[in-house]
Amino acid sequence: MTNQTTQTNDTAFAQAPAPDARRAMSHHLSGWLLASPIALVLTGFLLLPIIMIVVVSFWGATEFSIYPAFQFDNYAFLLGSEVTYRVFLNTFRYAAITWALTLLIGFTVAYFLAFHVRSLNWQIGLFLFCTIPFWTSNIIRMISWIPFLGRNGLANSTLLSWGVIDQPVEWLLFSDFSVILAFVHLYTLFMIVPIFNTMMRIDRSLLEAAADAGASGWQTLWNVIVPLTKPGIMIGTIFVITLVMGDFITVRFMSGSQSANVGRLISNDIALLQYPSASATAVILLITVLLMIATLLRFVDIRKEL
Amino acid sequence: MTTISKVRYSRRSMLKSGAAALTAAALPAPMVWGQESKNITLRQFGTGVSNLNEVAKKVKEDLGITLEMTALDSDSVTQRAATQPDSFDIADIEYWICKKVWPTGNLQAMDTSKIKNYDKIVGIFRDGKLTPDSVIAQGTAPHTVGFVDGPGGTSFADHETGWMTLIPTIYNADTLGIRPDLIGRPIEHWSELLNPEFKGKSSILDISSIGNMDAAMVCKSMGEIKYGDKGNMTRDEIDKTMAIFTEAKKNGQFRAFWKTFDESVNLMASGEVVIQSMWSPAITAVKSRGIPCVYQPLAEGYRSWGGGLGLSASLTGMELDAAYEYINWYLSGWVGGFFMRQGYYSAVPETSKNYMSANEWGYWFEGKPATDVITSPFGDPLAKAGEVRDGGSFFDRMGHIAAWNSVMDENQYMVRKWNEFIAA
Repeated sequence: MTNQTTQTNDTAFAQAPAPDARRAMSHHLSGWLLASPIALVLTGFLLLPIIMIVVVSFWGATEFSIYPAFQFDNYAFLLGSEVTYRVFLNTFRYAAITWALTLLIGFTVAYFLAFHVRSLNWQIGLFLFCTIPFWTSNIIRMISWIPFLGRNGLANSTLLSWGVIDQPVEWLLFSDFSVILAFVHLYTLFMIVPIFNTMMRIDRSLLEAAADAGASGWQTLWNVIVPLTKPGIMIGTIFVITLVMGDFITVRFMSGSQSANVGRLISNDIALLQYPSASATAVILLITVLLMIATLLRFVDIRKEL
Repeated sequence: MTTISKVRYSRRSMLKSGAAALTAAALPAPMVWGQESKNITLRQFGTGVSNLNEVAKKVKEDLGITLEMTALDSDSVTQRAATQPDSFDIADIEYWICKKVWPTGNLQAMDTSKIKNYDKIVGIFRDGKLTPDSVIAQGTAPHTVGFVDGPGGTSFADHETGWMTLIPTIYNADTLGIRPDLIGRPIEHWSELLNPEFKGKSSILDISSIGNMDAAMVCKSMGEIKYGDKGNMTRDEIDKTMAIFTEAKKNGQFRAFWKTFDESVNLMASGEVVIQSMWSPAITAVKSRGIPCVYQPLAEGYRSWGGGLGLSASLTGMELDAAYEYINWYLSGWVGGFFMRQGYYSAVPETSKNYMSANEWGYWFEGKPATDVITSPFGDPLAKAGEVRDGGSFFDRMGHIAAWNSVMDENQYMVRKWNEFIAA
């Protein structure tokens, strides 16, 4: 992205009548200089590690060591195993359900904050209120569900005392339900923030115009607000999907180790010293997630909309 | 500035230790070694089970050696011993891990003539026999990976050679833990783990090498599979075992799987699970919360494990001598008593006896009813007067081992199958 900006600047200067070529030159240079710190950081801490993972994914492994090689065994095993497909499918399922729920809740909360709360102070206050759970760690917020949902937990004992159920409900904990509940709880804020942000930028006169033109509340929502909120939704979607696709600890704790997703495959491999196989899985996961994001970006040009 | 002072410091300390080494070489008196070891730091790592700060504190008091300890889970322990030989001086590992790690050459064999209490080490770790007429159990029995031919030996010897790979520290016999109050009837067989009566209330540990053996104990007890060697299964045996467990999982038999000690304690204490594979100190932890929990002896016998201290191949000179001194201290009784009062066994029980009360020795080792309250070394009451240890005496428990924790020839295949089971 940085490169692109520099280039645009560059062409702009080149096409200009060039009142001062030296000034353009120094702009060109300072552009590169300004971009270089982030470029260096990204190269060192993002690009090189990823290259390393790709390289290792072709290596071989014995039980306690790995050795350099160029072989496709890891991929052959990975792509040839029925378990891989089942686990990837399960990961997509978690991502899709979590996405739908966080979008629904996130959009509703953001809509309420942006259009129903009139005073800016209240908006900011309530928005900060949403972030309070983030004062404790991710893991603690997740684990605190376990005693709540357990067989003899708060949820079950309350339901029992109300007479709603006569037997403790088993599927509350260590099930897909609890996994998704934890995901939604952990990641809804990542949906609220960008959606709220784009909603706040919507010009209120557009809403008035829609009302003047005779649009009902739902029509305004669907034809005006939703299209204008798309970039925010897209950013939130990218957050939620990448977080859920890459997670392993939530699935492990909330399913009581009974369900698997791709992250757990990788973590199991690492625990057993099978780094090449873990790398291969990571590469496939990375490609999958990048493809998903590329597809998402086809729908909305975030750069243009921001 | 800092660099200069650092250089000066290290040069001075080199001179000092050089002089000490000269003195030591000239006057090889034990007293000199004892004093020199005061400045020595040994880096030990291992599982949380035996890497306790109390041990480091006591060794500092008794020998002056500073012991830096790192506690890791068994997978990370294996990884570290195999891949980072310079990061430790002493590896506190299990015998089955030793089978994996020894071929890397990161550990050195120990001269048993330097181990004072070698002759008193329990037979399990020497010729494999607890008593002369014991039958050796299946799996990676400690004596099969306990010796090598010489200091540089790379393959394991089948007899006592005088060169030991690991000095045994603690060991125990594992079985299923149950909640007697929630089950309300006697449990006598491993097969109960898959009994539909406990649907949604049982658990097994998600560490493939151990979980797979517990699974095999269950399948054998159900009469479904006959194993040649549970500690070294064939592909066919692995397939059949995992098929039975996958079916049980799909039927909702298991509440959860656990991977860490704390998880197993919480599952049991909260009543989510009433029967599961468990480790001895986890039972203790549940009991110390005032919740009834029994380490149930079962007809088919125990699955056993043993740990030991191994020396890094890079240990030489004074550090090596200090390490021997530490190991001799380890076997001299205090540590053994400390661990036996938590329910483990020490490699040299007779020295540990000196550090236990008659009541404690009777309860933990001889299987006699407690004459007074039994407390853990940390002060939690574990048993009232009159109670007997689950499973009875040392010889009753260690004499009924069905299999040792092990590494199988088909290990990688087993791990894949286990992952399929978890993903099923």
